[in-house]
Amino acid sequence: MSSPVKRSVVITSLVVLLGTWVFWWGTDGFTALTAETARRVEILRSPRPLPAVTLEDQDGNIFNLQDYQGKLLAVDFIFTRCTTLCRSMGMIFKQIRDLIPPESLGRDFQLLSISFDPDHDDPVSLKKYGQTYGADGKIWRIARVPDKAELKSLLEAFGIVVIPDEFGGYEHNTALHLVGRDGKLRLISDIDKAVPFAEQVVALL
Amino acid sequence: MKLTSSHYAARMGFGLGVLYLLLATPVARDWMEASMSRHMLVQMPLLVVIGILASRLLPTHWQNSVLAHLGGAIPFVVVALFASTYWMLPRALDAALNDPVAEVAKFISLPLLVGFPLVLAWRRLTLIGRGFVWTNFISMLAVLGWLYIVAPVRVCNSYLVNDQESAGWYMVIGAVLLFLWWLGTLFVGGGVGPDKPDRNGTGTSLA
Repeated sequence: MSSPVKRSVVITSLVVLLGTWVFWWGTDGFTALTAETARRVEILRSPRPLPAVTLEDQDGNIFNLQDYQGKLLAVDFIFTRCTTLCRSMGMIFKQIRDLIPPESLGRDFQLLSISFDPDHDDPVSLKKYGQTYGADGKIWRIARVPDKAELKSLLEAFGIVVIPDEFGGYEHNTALHLVGRDGKLRLISDIDKAVPFAEQVVALL
Repeated sequence: MKLTSSHYAARMGFGLGVLYLLLATPVARDWMEASMSRHMLVQMPLLVVIGILASRLLPTHWQNSVLAHLGGAIPFVVVALFASTYWMLPRALDAALNDPVAEVAKFISLPLLVGFPLVLAWRRLTLIGRGFVWTNFISMLAVLGWLYIVAPVRVCNSYLVNDQESAGWYMVIGAVLLFLWWLGTLFVGGGVGPDKPDRNGTGTSLA
């Protein structure tokens, strides 16, 4: 450590090591550069319990998220006024439903589209959205969480961030979510991965 | 002469402290962080600039001794590179909004791990060393900006995709302007960037 050059090299190496470790730690081993990826990696590693929330579906039925325990449940988040991604979300959910063996539908696997905009999305709008994609209200329900505090805790548990855009609508991270039979969120996929998502579900049936 | 300069330093230090605390108020944070462009291109650079100006107030002999003890300019530049790059990760931006620990880390690390080491290292860097820091920073800004413009996905869950695109454009434009300005200093100011050449003549030795 006597020569300044040696000292410089040693300290620089330490800094590089430490800096690399911080990056490793901060990006889940260089895999998750965005919060969205981080959310997915974390769920895969440790499935997350979900809060008990009360929902209201397109037919005005009141039910609990926990009612689905014992079944696999696909969940997506929407608002019915959405003209862009949620439209394709509807198509994607329809596609997933059609890829699951019919004998499992409703018995062992169900779909739930949750609106995060309870002020606008009353059962009438939910029903209209559902009819567009053939959601029957049994196998596939379209629902809202009327209680704002419950909605907030649900979005937090799923890791959904909703921000208003400049057109009076919202932007949000859109994904396919799978809740296991134990009621824990266990998988989050990209919306363009409908087929692999359905395959995962079939493998678990 | 000595009295006036220490007076100046005290006033400057006070001003910087006030600015720092102002930036840390919830109102200022909410406003700055409501848009990706303001968050990345106003708030974060301001924190670095506060660190730079505050570090310059430190006594020169003290700066030199810290520099000498900790291995000279290079490790300091590397620290600044790591810390500044970290806060360019989209995930770090989201974390600063959603996690108070990350927000505190941002407010501490940008002045202390980017501004402070840059000031200490700068006077010891040669033209080539300074050129490396500048070109590295400018190219990183341009590439990141371009990625934000063309990214098919929203990289931050907390920001609108439009916001991401305009932040990208600001970065690309900023990178071009910075590059032109830096190029200009090569001809006008002897290529030392924003800083005057070191009066002690130490600016030529790469510690």
